Amino acid sequence: MSCSLKVVKAGPLSLIQDLGRYGYAQIGLSPGGPMDEYAYSWANKLLNNPVNAPCIEITLGQAEFKVSEKCAFAICGGDLKATLDEQPLSNWSSFIANKGQTIRFNLPKNGLRSYLAVLGGFLITPQLSSCATVTRDKLGGLDQGLALTDGDELNYHALIANQYIEPKQLSFRFQPDYDLPVTLRVVEGYQRSQFSKSVIEWFYNSEFEVSKNINRMGYRLTCPPITMPNISMQSEGIGLGAIQLPPDGQPIVMFNDRQTIGGYPKLGCVSHIDLPRLAQAKPGQKVRFVKGNLQELQSDWVAWANYFGY
Amino acid sequence: MQVTIDISPVSECAILVRIGHSNHDTPRLVEHLSEQLYKHLDHCIMNITPSIDSLLIDYLPHRISLSLLTKRIEHIVDTINLEDVVSENQVIIKLPIFYHIDVGPDIKRYQLQGIQLDELITAHTSQIYTVAAIGFAPGFAFLQHVDEKIRLPRHATPRLSVPKGSVGIAENRTAIYPSCSPGGWNIIGNCPLELYNPDHQPMIPFKIGSQVQFFAIDEDEFLRLGGTRQEEFL
Repeated sequence: MSCSLKVVKAGPLSLIQDLGRYGYAQIGLSPGGPMDEYAYSWANKLLNNPVNAPCIEITLGQAEFKVSEKCAFAICGGDLKATLDEQPLSNWSSFIANKGQTIRFNLPKNGLRSYLAVLGGFLITPQLSSCATVTRDKLGGLDQGLALTDGDELNYHALIANQYIEPKQLSFRFQPDYDLPVTLRVVEGYQRSQFSKSVIEWFYNSEFEVSKNINRMGYRLTCPPITMPNISMQSEGIGLGAIQLPPDGQPIVMFNDRQTIGGYPKLGCVSHIDLPRLAQAKPGQKVRFVKGNLQELQSDWVAWANYFGY
Repeated sequence: MQVTIDISPVSECAILVRIGHSNHDTPRLVEHLSEQLYKHLDHCIMNITPSIDSLLIDYLPHRISLSLLTKRIEHIVDTINLEDVVSENQVIIKLPIFYHIDVGPDIKRYQLQGIQLDELITAHTSQIYTVAAIGFAPGFAFLQHVDEKIRLPRHATPRLSVPKGSVGIAENRTAIYPSCSPGGWNIIGNCPLELYNPDHQPMIPFKIGSQVQFFAIDEDEFLRLGGTRQEEFL
């Protein structure tokens, strides 16, 4: 039997996401996927879900969902002051919601986005082998890449009678404080040599600020003006976390829904391990970059990938 | 070795393969290499983003080390049979275009330079273009090479919205916007055909290396094929 979670209020941006749509970059499709892969992965892990199970990425809260049949859920990520029938829910935890109960997300208190997972994952028909919603590509979600809207219903498997589910709480040691100033480690790319010593020094010694222009394609950062050399590059694939330095010198860090190729010069990439911190950063938050060590970052990433079972 | 490549790390789980010197037609070589890499390294590669002369590869570092991946790629490149690259059957994809000021507001930029509409159409339709890269948006194909007479730089400030089907020129490349999108190319006409549909197989008519030619149609034909001139340029 399947039952459903009814979207009473979708809020500003609630999207179905799994780990993303791969193998189609050659025709220009963006991968999509969770902006904060760390929180997404924990939400599924707390329920022992498959690693790629579809969740709801709720940005900026103000969303409300009604449970049609008892099931286990988990919330992880930004603290959106979630409640179950007005009772506060602990963030980074799994819990049982009963028939008729309402899960509500309010304005963010810490971070920007929360991930809501259900036991077994939401039952969504994948498009091109993924449920990830990429609005620009008209793919994923319930239909045609559209964000969730009021009245949508998301199916899930009912809890088997008397199935015992132990609510879990992630240790505070693993819960990031998303409001702290962000320091991002950088994997430098081959184009680094295109930049002068003074630009490199400016980049690592400046304090940047998250601008209001932030979305699932990219985060624009602001900083005191700098004269950028006129570097012209051939268009090439843009990696997740790529740091583009356009002629105005205001960096753009590229995220999941980024265009697949582009020609702006790139100094490097924000490490995968650190990217979730930027994905949860709010306009006005301070950002600094430090040079990262590829081997070190890679071994951390491998440990993470093995732990979550990517 | 017939093809030289350079491999550099992009992040913990991505590398960029750049194609250096080759005597061959680079777009088709890129397309062929992309297929070969997917075929031979399927278990450890997530995604390949081919571009003009490079391939971005997202891989799984917990399944293959960077050094082993580099060796495997070098081996695949070394054993490429360049005859396979050129022997593919080439059908020229022919696309109808309605060239008119209403759907091509930048025709006036050409007219200001003394290039009349009929000259522009002749120059744009007489060339057989090659798809050099696909990306930016789904199905957006970068076609080269545009006749020197009609090359123009991008607009300094891109338009906020360019209607679906718009045909643009930027320097030596031309392209059709498959969906409504922001864009800085010089728009000279509109193609009424659907160029990206995620429910169709294939989803787009092009591959890297495909050959494309345009032909001019009149307004009746444009409307009959589903074209519309109602959409606005912002």
